[in-house]
Amino acid sequence: MMEEFHDIALTVNGVHRTARVPARRLLSDLLRHDLGLTGTHVGCEHGVCGCCTVLMDGDPVRSCLTFAVTAAGHDVTTVEGLAAPDGTPSPVQRAFRECHGLQCGFCTPGFLCTVTALLRETPRPTEDEVLEGISGNLCRCTGYQNIVKSVHRAAELLAEAGVDADAGAGPEGEA
Amino acid sequence: MGTRVFGEPVRRREDARLLTGRGRYLDDLGRDALAAAFVRSPHAHARITGIDVSDALDVDGLVAVYTWEDLPGRVGEPLPLLIPHPALTHGRTGYPLARDVVRHVGEPVAMVVARDRYLAEDAAERIRVEYEPLPAVVGIENAERADHLVHDDVPGNVGAVLLQETGDAAAAIDAAPHTLEFRLSIERSASTPLEGRGVYARWDADDGSLRVYSSTQASTSVRAAIAARLGLPNGKVEVVAPDVGGGFGVKIVHPWPEEVLVPWAARLLDREIKWTEDRREHFVAAAHERGQLQDVRVGFDDAGRVLGLDVRILHDHGAYTPYGIIIPIVTSTQLLGPYKIGAYRAEVVSLYTNTLIVTPYRGAGRPQGVFCMERTMDRIARHLGLDRADVRFANFIQPDEFPYDQGLTFQDGRPLIYDSGDYPELLRKVRELIGWDGFEAERKAAARRGRRIGIGLGVYVEGTGVGPYEGGHVEIDTAGRVHVSTGLTSQGQGHETVFAQIAAAELGVPIRDVHVTTGDTRRFGYAVGTFASRAAVMSGNAIALACRKVRDKALRIAGEALEADPRDLDITDGVVHVRGDTSASVPLRTVAVLSNPLRYAFDAETAAATQFAVGRPATEPPVAEGDEPGLEGRGYYSPVRSTFAAGAHAAIVETDPDTAEIAILRYAVVHDCGRLVNPMVVEGQIHGGVAQGVGGALYERMVYDESGQLLNASFMDFLMPYATEVPRIETDHLETPSPLNPLGIKGAGEAGVIPVSAVVASAVEDAEGLRVEAMPLSPDALYELRERASEDPGLRVREGPRAGAGPGGQFAAGVSGALPPSERGR
Repeated sequence: MMEEFHDIALTVNGVHRTARVPARRLLSDLLRHDLGLTGTHVGCEHGVCGCCTVLMDGDPVRSCLTFAVTAAGHDVTTVEGLAAPDGTPSPVQRAFRECHGLQCGFCTPGFLCTVTALLRETPRPTEDEVLEGISGNLCRCTGYQNIVKSVHRAAELLAEAGVDADAGAGPEGEA
Repeated sequence: MGTRVFGEPVRRREDARLLTGRGRYLDDLGRDALAAAFVRSPHAHARITGIDVSDALDVDGLVAVYTWEDLPGRVGEPLPLLIPHPALTHGRTGYPLARDVVRHVGEPVAMVVARDRYLAEDAAERIRVEYEPLPAVVGIENAERADHLVHDDVPGNVGAVLLQETGDAAAAIDAAPHTLEFRLSIERSASTPLEGRGVYARWDADDGSLRVYSSTQASTSVRAAIAARLGLPNGKVEVVAPDVGGGFGVKIVHPWPEEVLVPWAARLLDREIKWTEDRREHFVAAAHERGQLQDVRVGFDDAGRVLGLDVRILHDHGAYTPYGIIIPIVTSTQLLGPYKIGAYRAEVVSLYTNTLIVTPYRGAGRPQGVFCMERTMDRIARHLGLDRADVRFANFIQPDEFPYDQGLTFQDGRPLIYDSGDYPELLRKVRELIGWDGFEAERKAAARRGRRIGIGLGVYVEGTGVGPYEGGHVEIDTAGRVHVSTGLTSQGQGHETVFAQIAAAELGVPIRDVHVTTGDTRRFGYAVGTFASRAAVMSGNAIALACRKVRDKALRIAGEALEADPRDLDITDGVVHVRGDTSASVPLRTVAVLSNPLRYAFDAETAAATQFAVGRPATEPPVAEGDEPGLEGRGYYSPVRSTFAAGAHAAIVETDPDTAEIAILRYAVVHDCGRLVNPMVVEGQIHGGVAQGVGGALYERMVYDESGQLLNASFMDFLMPYATEVPRIETDHLETPSPLNPLGIKGAGEAGVIPVSAVVASAVEDAEGLRVEAMPLSPDALYELRERASEDPGLRVREGPRAGAGPGGQFAAGVSGALPPSERGR
């Protein structure tokens, strides 16, 4: 019983990457196990918990529900690509640290990607927009209160810096 | 402790790596390891009549398949019963791979090892196991009825009968002016960390040693268990808990079957092997908790004081008892809470069922006990027409009564003696925080707008920081770095930060110079683990004691160098100096050099410590008798008994008259865990605990059908709260230091979850005027309760003074401030 393999090329955190994968290989497994980007976590394998959320062409997707082959030709940003090229944490990353928006950290990369996209769409979200925006991601540690606080704080930091939420997460960013 | 780092909301040191994808969780390791997958029983109870692996052999990349018959010697023996207890007369544990009979869905039957996980699962699904199904015992009542047995040699399905008794409860109840009798029930739930379990093992054949990484709460004990099973000395087995993606209790169990099998196969095959649990496996093959029926009889006087309490607890411990009966022991002792109960009797009957094992989940038996006691307090108040807060007040242990001996034996085998606390003050503060005394006006205002709201409260005591011990090691190196290690692991609570704060404060060094390692047997070999809200109390104090030894040594050596009396020295920012005179000083990094007399100078710094440089008298040895080279110290903290934290919670809920939806409008917590090391971290623990409590109160249950299939074994069906389900939590603190330990601290990890079901039940009962006796309370369950109450007036609670019957008006904000997000335009 042998599998058929496919050659794919995609951009991950601004870097051109290639891989040879079976059709059934998940994007999450490609990122974690083939490309060694283990910051993307897998919490449920059925698209409910949001731990595996990455940005594909800027939009959040569940990498555990996405086949690696369908990411071919696309631009993927993972948690490793959120900071600026010089390593300066993004406003979202800074806000989570300031507001104690994480404990065990397992769900955190999914939240960071989700919130990065949320604040690009909605730079100054209301409380309800924040709750709605993160309502597809599970966290078992924080009770969400400090995550909500972190999102508001990130919006403030972004406004202060006068930059888009995706600064440092664009194609020019380095892994 | 001169510096201000202790007690400050210091930002977490873990976060830099966790926010950038540089954490190292179990599945992030061993990229080139072979993958293991397990064939698990689809039946709750069945005899295995045959296993045919031939189809699996075609799978490209298959390396090995193992069943029980392949397991040699101790590897194939039943798993250990970790915490034996005299009352557990019929303890039973499973085999690492099932032998002959499976007793719950998810029990491992065969292990497959292959090139990657995809291929391992391909092979696993081609293994054909033939089963002869046996009758499944599901549910506490069926287990007690014992029409069928889970274990042939366990009559009545009874694993343990445990009695806790002070005084003659039956007589006290019979003689009491008032008595009540009722049954309460709590469903199963589970820890459900977002990272499941996982094990990664590599064997070094040249060295004859094994290194195992496990997502565990107890790496030293995992090491001991693996060493024993594989016949290796402890010194040849290293176990490391890497970053752990949450545990909440479930990862304290060890050794899991996988923790025995993966290392064993790694040695046998001389290949690295990794197993990472998937979500469905976690639901059916890790562990659950909660799950009790409680039959309560209580006698009380006109003021609501409890004169006698008799509780029969039916506890479902699942198919096996690897963790003993810790949970019902905790339930039956912590049930007493902050109260002086006249005479008390608890009988626990711990029962086998053909469902997953039941082991501690955050709270570990306390939520059940608190549910029982707080429901009882509410029942008494309703019966007598008293304010629910007043009834609690009438029963409190008073602040001048500590230490208070409850007359029972706690989970650590020690007397249940509370060390300190101020329960009336907790209640006063929470009443104020939630606006208890003005609530009646708020209720009326809501009613005028056709809305139904209610208020509830709950008070609890939590034994924290149980022994037997933890240790800490502290070493200051010649660069001035402070290396702190403890064998206790972390599951995400922030131990690196909190322990660094303690070390920095004790030593007088900048926190940036402190480096903390937890849960790595290479650094510290003796430990117990992270559970029972014990990490800060146990390892925190051990590290403080180790720091004090190192500090004393540093001052002695510096005193010699500065020709000063060590008693006149202090340490500030990593520099030892004469108190009040910083010109006479020596940095700790130099003290570290001086502490180690050298023969060889390997750099300019160490030249100061060589044999021709130091000035010890020629008549004395270079290392004085009783002294040791190096600026390091080891300390152990072993408490005579647990320390007791406490708290009071209150909530305002709204129930929808049509849909029976329940929304928590406000949630207030007043918490006392003694001295706070890091208030930000403590608050985070409370938030997380309350969120899990809300899950347990309103959403989470394990839905087993009558054949023992878990029907909701996914995050689609098991309803863990999202951000939209958890209310904003308002907190206040009280600090009653523990007299039992040097730092005066009590544990905080589990506090948040403990009373939530009791509080929500109290509030819903108040909103609906209907008796709430079972949790969780889904809209379905509430609707059904309404239907039953329309037939049975006995389910209506007696009208009387309700919360805030007092002066009123204190809480003038009205309802609008208390609206849930869903009512605010979503």
